[in-house]
Amino acid sequence: MERGAIIKHDQSKAPKTGNWRYMKPEVDKEKCIGCSTCVGYCPEATIEMKKYKEGQKDKADIDYEYCKGCGVCAEVCPVKAILMKKN
Amino acid sequence: MNKDLTKHHAPGHSACAGCAFPAIVRTVLNEAGENVVVGNATGCLEVTSTLYPYTAWKVPYIHNAFENAAATISGVERAYKILKKKGKVDKKIKFVVFGGDGGTYDIGFQSLSGALERGHDFFYVCYDNGGYMNTGNQRSSATPYGTSTETTPAGKQSFGKMEVRKNLIEIVKAHGVPYAAQANVANLTDLKKKAKKALETEGPTFLLVFSPCTNNWKFPTSQYVNIAKLATETNFWPLYEIENGKYKITYEPNSPKPVAEFLKTQGRFKHLFSEKNKPVLEQIQRMINEEFARIARLAEE
Ligand SMILES: Cc1ncc(C[n+]2csc(CCOP(=O)(O)OP(=O)(O)O)c2C)c(N)n1
Ligand code: SF4
Ligand code: SF4
Ligand SMILES: [Mg+2]
Repeated sequence: MERGAIIKHDQSKAPKTGNWRYMKPEVDKEKCIGCSTCVGYCPEATIEMKKYKEGQKDKADIDYEYCKGCGVCAEVCPVKAILMKKN
Repeated sequence: MNKDLTKHHAPGHSACAGCAFPAIVRTVLNEAGENVVVGNATGCLEVTSTLYPYTAWKVPYIHNAFENAAATISGVERAYKILKKKGKVDKKIKFVVFGGDGGTYDIGFQSLSGALERGHDFFYVCYDNGGYMNTGNQRSSATPYGTSTETTPAGKQSFGKMEVRKNLIEIVKAHGVPYAAQANVANLTDLKKKAKKALETEGPTFLLVFSPCTNNWKFPTSQYVNIAKLATETNFWPLYEIENGKYKITYEPNSPKPVAEFLKTQGRFKHLFSEKNKPVLEQIQRMINEEFARIARLAEE
C-alpha cells in the first residue's frame, strides 16, 4: 500500500484497454462531416477532432491505445462515416 | 485520448465496453471545473475506476463505503467551510457525489436524506442503471416494474419485478432542496445544462441520470445511446427539473412512441412479449402515461 492510501493518477500505469477490442472502428475521413457527435458518447474518451486537410473541418480521430471496440461511435454517427472492421 | 474530456476521469478504466456512465461522469465534471472533490459510493463506477495500483481519477476522490457517500462528502464540505472561515483556504471548491441507484435509492438513502436535510452545499448525481450491476444484476428499488433480474427472475410464476420503481425525485424534492432534475445520457446537452445549473445553485442539488447497462440489460455494446434515446422518446424517462418547487419539462417528444419500442431492445424485458404477459405490458404503458401526465400537470401550474 502507498502511504496514507493515497493513490496518484498516473496514465502510464493505466491498463491499455485497446487489447479488449475485437472489432475496430475506422473513420472514413472523406465521409466524416466533423460534427463531433461521436466524441462525447465514446465511453473511453478516445476520440478527438483533428486536422485532416487544409480548409476543412477537423475530423474524428481514434486513439486505439484505449478504444475497446464497443461500436457506439459507429452507431451514433449521423452519416455512417465510422465502420466496424475485424480487429 | 481526448484531452478536454479526460481532465477528471481518464481512460484505462475497466467499465464494460459500451457502458453509459463514463459519458455522464465526464459531462458533469466538465461543468464543475478543476477545483472539485468527488465522493463515490461502491458500485460499477467506483470499482472500474480504482483498480489498484491505477486510479482513473485526476481530481481528489474519496471512496468510503456503499452506504455513506453523502455522509462522507458532508464532512468534507463542512471541514472546507471551517477552513475557509479561518482563512486557511480561499479557493472555491465544488463537492460532487456519484452513486449508483443501489447506493442512492436503497443503501445510501439515509445518508443522502441526512445530507439533504442538513443543507450541505453539494451536488449528488445518481447514475441509474436500474439495479445492482456490479454484483450481477440484483433488483433495487430503482428497477422498473416487470424487469427480470437475478433476484426477480421471470418464469412460470413471475413476470419479473412486481413492485413499481421508487419515485426518488419526489422524495428528494420533499426535503425542500433548491434543485432536483432528471436527465438522460443520450441527451448530453440537456445533461450539461442541468449539471451547470445544479453546480451554480447554493445548497444541496440532485440529478438522476438514465444510464443503460449493456451487460445486465442484455443489449449489444454499441446500443446504449439508441436505447437511452428511446427511453425518453417513449416517456419511459421524461426529462424535467424542479427548481425551487417549480416543475419544468426540459424536452418533450413530439409524438411519444409506445413503450414496447424501448422494452423490446433489451433482454431483461424479453418475457414481457409473451401472450401471457400482455396485461403486464399494458400496465407498464398505463403507468408511464399516468406519470408523464402527472409531471405535465405540475409543470403547467
Ligand atoms: C454494505 C455493502 N453491501 C453490499 C456490498 C456489495 N456491493 C458492492 S457494489 C454493489 C451494487 C451496487 O449497485 P449500484 O449502487 O446500483 O451501482 P452499480 O453497480 O449498478 O453501478 C453491491 C451490492 C457492499 N460493497 N457493501
Ligand atoms: S469503438 Fe467504442 S471505445 Fe472505440 S472509439 Fe468507438 S465509441 Fe470509443
Ligand atoms: S456491468 Fe453495466 S453498469 Fe457495470 S460497467 Fe458493465 S455496462 Fe457499466
Ligand atoms: Mg445500479
